[in-house]
Amino acid sequence: MTSSIPIATTIASSLTTEGATVELIGVVKDYGSHRALNSIDLTIKPGEFVALLGPSGCGKTTALRALSGLELVNGGQILIDGVDVAAVPTNKRDIGMVFQSYSLFPHMTSLENVEFGLRMRKVPADERRTRALEALDMVGLGTFAERFAHQLSGGQQQRVALARALVTRPRVLLLDEPLSALDAKVRVSLRDQIRRIQTELGITTVFVTHDQEEALAVADRVAVMKDGVIEQIGTPEELYTTPATPFVADFVGLSNRVSAELSSGKVLVHGKELDLLGAPQADGPVTAYIRPEDVAIESTGIPATVVASSFLGSLRRTQVVLADGSLLSIQHDVDTRPLPGDAVFLRLKGAPVSAVPRAVNAPVAEVAVP
Amino acid sequence: MSAQVKLGTEPSAVTRWIILGVVGVIFAIPIIALLQFSFRDGLGGGYTLDHWAGLFDADAARTYRGLFQAIGNSVLLAIVTVAIVLVILLPTMILVHLQFPRLKRVLEFICIIPITVPAIVLVVGLAPVYSVVVKIFGSGVWTLAFAYGITVLPYAYRAIQSNLDAVPVVTLSEAARSLGAGWLTVLRLVLLPNLRRGVLAAAFISVAVVLGEFTIASLLNRVNLQTALLQVGQSDPWVAAIFALLALTFAFVLLLLIGRLARNRNNS
Repeated sequence: MTSSIPIATTIASSLTTEGATVELIGVVKDYGSHRALNSIDLTIKPGEFVALLGPSGCGKTTALRALSGLELVNGGQILIDGVDVAAVPTNKRDIGMVFQSYSLFPHMTSLENVEFGLRMRKVPADERRTRALEALDMVGLGTFAERFAHQLSGGQQQRVALARALVTRPRVLLLDEPLSALDAKVRVSLRDQIRRIQTELGITTVFVTHDQEEALAVADRVAVMKDGVIEQIGTPEELYTTPATPFVADFVGLSNRVSAELSSGKVLVHGKELDLLGAPQADGPVTAYIRPEDVAIESTGIPATVVASSFLGSLRRTQVVLADGSLLSIQHDVDTRPLPGDAVFLRLKGAPVSAVPRAVNAPVAEVAVP
Repeated sequence: MSAQVKLGTEPSAVTRWIILGVVGVIFAIPIIALLQFSFRDGLGGGYTLDHWAGLFDADAARTYRGLFQAIGNSVLLAIVTVAIVLVILLPTMILVHLQFPRLKRVLEFICIIPITVPAIVLVVGLAPVYSVVVKIFGSGVWTLAFAYGITVLPYAYRAIQSNLDAVPVVTLSEAARSLGAGWLTVLRLVLLPNLRRGVLAAAFISVAVVLGEFTIASLLNRVNLQTALLQVGQSDPWVAAIFALLALTFAFVLLLLIGRLARNRNNS
């Protein structure tokens, strides 16, 4: 059960916005000799929720900061509704941003914090107060208007920060890992709240996270980044079921790395022919990426011995060792309860797999744990 | 068997009170002696209020004109020195903190240097500089604040830096900019209110340092409170003692205010 956060049932019309189209075209960002963004291309449709997902140092936060203007880019174009804003300072870009660390102004109340953006836009005091209270109501904190940051919990502070970012009706909402400092329950609850508010407001949103579950849960599309480039962008389902690269297969969800042979476009794994995902490759030894749920425990098949089995609530994950010494992770229902040392048989269900060429004598399979 | 030494344990309440008492006595004895001396009726013994009352005589303004002028000079110097700290040091520190964090160490080194240089050495270096300063700005006593701006650097730097370190300045300024604030607005509405304690502490400690400064003023032939006290002391030691006491009390009150500010910060 997730903890519930009180929220407004309807969102005031003063907060709704028309989402903008955001385009990054060939965006390059260098830090000295290190290229943090390597010719990034990304188009985000009006009202779309896009997550930038990747490991630390992949460039996702740099991309977001480039979009916000907090980092100036070395090349390329950043278009908001067709207008290049690459040289426009942050305070003129009309964006809303929520930061990873708590960023409420400590000397102001929640209400004053939310009013700040309106104050910068010279909105009259009465209207400012009304709109700020509506924004606080939207995030369920209307009764916390007079509280200072140190009188709010982490989740409440981030909700005030969200209200502050949205109250000016910005063209784009940027979320820089806003949930990472929160505990698990609040994180899930606030994540869902952000998504609901974003949908109702129709604001174009870019969400940076290193948490794949978070990205897959809230985003319309997810862009997986690595070493300053976007490896793949697609819906959560596309990324999971048809990863374009081994990195995506490895990073999004859990994958087993298994030694295999590629022949005529088919991947041969333990005697089973599987379809290859992605671009065609030359025949030869490969490492195939197989999802734990694409392997089943059966009465006959590939012999294996159970190493460990974990109960994960709605499912169970079991690690087995094959005859060649390689480890596999299998996901199955909770009714099957293998014990360490049990002899079992495995069956590959036949789902298409990603593969990457492998040196002939390279180490055999291992389990990848993201 | 060797006794184990516990590191980091706090002294007991009794030990703390003993330390406080000893240190208090060391500080209090000269001040009490000064106070007692200010009531002494000449060398023959006995006490009188005449020395204190003499300050409020109709003739006092004329008699101690030089001293009052020196107090005025010191106040002016304190104001200009604080202005230098606020106009030059504070923006520089904020700029380095926000935009050039790699220069933090360099700035810290530069700001700490004056504490390692004896005032007499500083004066030797400053003397030829002041021959140029005089040509440009004249020989007004306020020009001494340029030198004081250097001598207060270590104290002002520490006070501001500790506040800068305690506040997420970068995130706050980025948040304010994303909400539409320009740099000056960020400084005025977001940074300064959160750096208020550090800035006040820097200002107070600068005032205290300037009011107590003697060497530089004396060697550069300028008149301030301390040089005037020395001069007055040669003809009227009681008045010198009274003004020294008043200056000490003022500095003490300033330090108490700084302490109060620091406590408030810790509490919040």
